Amino acid sequence: MATTTEPALDRSHKPGVPPLLAIRKVAKSFGKNPVLRDVSLQIAEGEFLTILGESGSGKTTLLRIIAGFEDATSGEVLMEGERLDLSPPYRRRVNTVFQHYALFPHLTVEENVGYGLRVAKLPKDEIAGRVAEALAMVKMAAFAKSKPAKISGGQQQRIALARALVNRPRLLLLDEPLSALDANLRRQMQVELKSLQREVGISFVFVTHDQEEAMVMSDRIALLRMGELEQVASPREIYSHPATAYTAQFIGHTNLLRGEIKSGVARCNLLSWRVGLPEGHALFSLRPENIRIVNPAEGSDANVVTFRGKIQHQAFHGATELLQVVCADGLALSVRAATRENRLGDLQLEFSPADAVPVRESPERG
Amino acid sequence: MFSRAYRAAVTLPPVLWVLLFLLVPYALLLCYSFWSVSPSQTIIHSWTLENYRELFRVNVYLQTLFRSMWIAARVMIFSLLLGYPLAYYLSFYAGARKDLLYQLVIIPLWVSYLVRAYAWKTILGSDGVLNTLLQYVHLTKHPLEFLLYSPFAVVLTLTHIYTPFAVLPIYAALEHIPRNLVEASQDLGASPLQTFWRVIFPLSIPGVLAGATFAFVLSLGDFLAPLLLGGPSGIMISNIVVSLFGAAYNWPLGAAISLCMLLLVVSLLFFSEQLEKKWSFR
Amino acid sequence: MSASGNTSRWLPWHAIAVFGFLYLPIVTLIVYSFNGSGVGGFPPRNLTLDWYRMLFADDAIWESVLNSLIVALAAMAISLTFGIPAALALDRANFPGKALFRRLVLLPLILPGIITGLSLSMLFHDSHVKLSLLTIVLGHGTALISVATTEVFAGLQKLDRAQEEASLDLGANYWQTFWRITIPNLRLSIIGAALLIFTLSMDEIAVSFFLIGRDNTLPLEIWGRLRRGITPEINAISTIIFVFSLIAIVSWYRLRMGSEGTQETGAALVETAS
Repeated sequence: MATTTEPALDRSHKPGVPPLLAIRKVAKSFGKNPVLRDVSLQIAEGEFLTILGESGSGKTTLLRIIAGFEDATSGEVLMEGERLDLSPPYRRRVNTVFQHYALFPHLTVEENVGYGLRVAKLPKDEIAGRVAEALAMVKMAAFAKSKPAKISGGQQQRIALARALVNRPRLLLLDEPLSALDANLRRQMQVELKSLQREVGISFVFVTHDQEEAMVMSDRIALLRMGELEQVASPREIYSHPATAYTAQFIGHTNLLRGEIKSGVARCNLLSWRVGLPEGHALFSLRPENIRIVNPAEGSDANVVTFRGKIQHQAFHGATELLQVVCADGLALSVRAATRENRLGDLQLEFSPADAVPVRESPERG
Repeated sequence: MFSRAYRAAVTLPPVLWVLLFLLVPYALLLCYSFWSVSPSQTIIHSWTLENYRELFRVNVYLQTLFRSMWIAARVMIFSLLLGYPLAYYLSFYAGARKDLLYQLVIIPLWVSYLVRAYAWKTILGSDGVLNTLLQYVHLTKHPLEFLLYSPFAVVLTLTHIYTPFAVLPIYAALEHIPRNLVEASQDLGASPLQTFWRVIFPLSIPGVLAGATFAFVLSLGDFLAPLLLGGPSGIMISNIVVSLFGAAYNWPLGAAISLCMLLLVVSLLFFSEQLEKKWSFR
Repeated sequence: MSASGNTSRWLPWHAIAVFGFLYLPIVTLIVYSFNGSGVGGFPPRNLTLDWYRMLFADDAIWESVLNSLIVALAAMAISLTFGIPAALALDRANFPGKALFRRLVLLPLILPGIITGLSLSMLFHDSHVKLSLLTIVLGHGTALISVATTEVFAGLQKLDRAQEEASLDLGANYWQTFWRITIPNLRLSIIGAALLIFTLSMDEIAVSFFLIGRDNTLPLEIWGRLRRGITPEINAISTIIFVFSLIAIVSWYRLRMGSEGTQETGAALVETAS
C-alpha cells in the first residue's frame, strides 16, 4: 500500500529507538464478523493522531484494543518496544476519555479526578496537589466539590479529560468525546483540546467520524474504512493528495473523473489533458475549488483544461457557494466559487491538470 | 387535558373502596387495641391502655418479638449473602443465559409458599429425606433432631423463600450501572476487585437496602413457617397474634400487638427509604 | 468485558449452589409424589401413581379447588375494577390525601398478611357480616388492588398521551376514549396484572385465614390436612400446583418481556411481590 504508516512529524524519534506505540497487523473479529483487518500503525511521542472513519469502520474497536477492553484476534500492540496487549487495562500506562464521559455518579468532581491516584495509593497531599493542578488546567477548579449529575455536558467532558490526564499517561485515548456537544461548543472544545495537547505534550489518539474535526485538530489522520487503513497522512497531505476514491470523497468535497489513459493523454468524456501515467483505466479526484470560472474574453494559459457548463443548482454556503454544473456531454461537476448575486446560466470553466489527482479505486470489502 | 368529571370518576371509586376496606379496618384495629375483653368473651368498648401495659409487663411478648427480630435478621443476612453474588453473576457474567437464569430465579418466588414450606418439612423431619439420606450413607447413626421444629428450620425455610426477594432488587440496581463506569475504573488503574468495592458495590446499595428490607420485614411478620416448622422454640410474634384471635380469644391484645407490628414495619420502611435516597445518585 | 482474577471463578459455583438450594425442595416434592413408600425415606423407591389416583378421588380437595377458582376470578374482577382507575387517578389527578392513598394501597403488600386479614375480620364482625367465600373475595380483592395499580401505572407511563388527545380531537368523549384508546393500549398491563392476581389469590393463606367461613380454599384445605398429619397426597397436589404456577409465571414473564425489558419486569415484580 502506498500509504505512510511511519510518523511524518516525529520530533523525538531517534533511529533505533522504538516508537511510543506500535500496532502490528492487528485483526479483530467478533464471531464470524471481521471488524479490523490487518491494521498496522505507529504513533510518535507528542503527536495528535486522529483515527477517522464512519460508524462500523472499526475505529472504536481499535481504540478499545489499545486501551485493553478488547483483545485482538491476531497481531500485537507494543509500547516502547514492549508488548502492551498482554497486560490488563489497569496496568497499562494508557488512559481513556470515554464517549459519554463515564464519570462516577457517587463521587464528587474532585474525587473522580483523583480516583486513579487513590487507587495507586499515592500520598494524600500529592493527590490533592495534582488534582488541583488538573482541575485548573481544564478550568473547572470552582466545581471541585460538585457531583457529576449537577454539571453540564461540556463541563463533564472537561472533568473526564482531567481525570485521565492527572495520571500522566504515556498515551491518551479519546473516544468521540465531542460528539455529544452542540456545534458551537464543539468548535470551541476542538481548539482547547488541541492547545491542551500541545501544552501537556502527551500523544493523543482521537477517534471521530467528523472529517472536519479531524482536519482541524490532527498532526496526522489515519482514515479507516471497513477495518483497513485507507491512508495515513497529515491533514494537508490527505486533502491535497488523497490516495483512494474513498479518501477523496470522505474528506472534503470532490469530483471523481473516470477516464482512459492512452499514449500519455487522459480522456474523460470531452475533457482531456496530458499525464505521465501508464495506459488503462484511471480515476481522478478534482476538488470543486480547483475549477475556476473564467471570462471567455480573456485568454487562458496553454496548460489548462477548458470547458463549458450550465448551472443546474446553486447552494449558498456563506462566503462561497457550491455550483452544480452540467457539461455538454452530461458530465456533472461541483464547482466552488465566491458568492455572487447574478450568475449567468452558462459558464466557461477551467482547471489545471495538476489538480486532477489520480486515485486508486476503493473496492468493496467482503 | 382531563376534565374534572373524568378525574373525579377515576378517583372516587378506588378511594372509597380503599377507605372502606383498608382505612376503616386499620382504624378499627387501632380502636380495638384500646379496648378489652371480658371474662365472658365479649368486647368491652371502654378505652384503656391495659393491653399495651401487658405487652411490656408480660415477658413472653417482648421475648417473642425479639426472637422474631433475631430470626428476621438472620434471614436478611443469609438472603443477602446468598443473593448478592447470584445477582452479580447474573448481571456481569451470565451473558446470553441471563434471561433464562432470571426466569429461574423468579419461578420459586411465585410457586406456592405453602408448598415450599411443606417441602422443607418433609426434608428436615426425623423420617425425612435428609435424615434418611445421611443415615443411608452412614454419615449419621441417628436422626438429627435440631433440623426440624427449631428456629434453625424457620431460618432455613424463610431464607429459602426470601432469597429471590433479595436477588431481584440487587439485580435491578446492578443492571442500572453503566458498564463504561467499570471500564473507566479499570482504565484508571483499579483492579477488578478494587473496581467492585469502589464503584460497583456503592452504586448497588439501594438495591441491597430494598432486598434487605423485604427479607427482614416479610420474615418478621411470617406465621406459616414457624407454625409448620418452628416447634415450641420457634414461635414468632405473628403466631401469638393468630392464637389471640383464635383459641386464646383476646382480640384487643391481638390488635395491640398487630398495631405495634404495623408501626414497626412502617418505620422500618421509612428508614430504609431515607437510606435508599441518600445512596441513590441520580 | 474481559473478566479476570480469582474472585470470578467461584461465582458460577455459588450461583449453581444457590439455584440448587432454591429448587431442592421442589424437586424433592415432585420426586416423592411418585414414591411408593410415602413422604420420607431415602432413597425413593416403588414408583407409583397411587397418590395421584387418591388425589383425583378426593372430593374435598376438588371442592376447595373450585372454591379457590371462584375466589380468584372474583378477586381479579375487584382488583382490576378498582385498581385500573386507581392507577389513572395516581397518574392524572391531584387530590387531597393522594400521597396517603398511594401508601395505603401499597401497604397490604409489605405488611404481614395476617394484619390485613384480621383487621378486615374485625370489620366484618362489627358489621355483623358472616364469614364466607364472599368475605375472602373481598379480602383478596382489596389486598391485591395494588398489584393491578402498579402494573397499570407502569403501563400508563408508556402510553402516548397524544393518542388520547387525538381521540378527543376527533370527537370522541372521555368515556369513548377510555374504552377505545386507553384500555386497548393497557391491554398487556391488564393481562399481566390479571395473571399475577390470579396466581397470588390461588396461593393466599394469611388474609384468608381470618376470613374463612364454611368453605375452604385450596391452600386452607391443604393447611388443614397438614395439621392432621402428612400424607403423600399432599405431595401430589403440590406438584400439580407447582406446574400451574410455573405456567402462569412464565407466561406473565414472557408477556412482560415482550413489551419491556428485564429491569422494568424485575422492578414490577419486586413491587408486587408479597
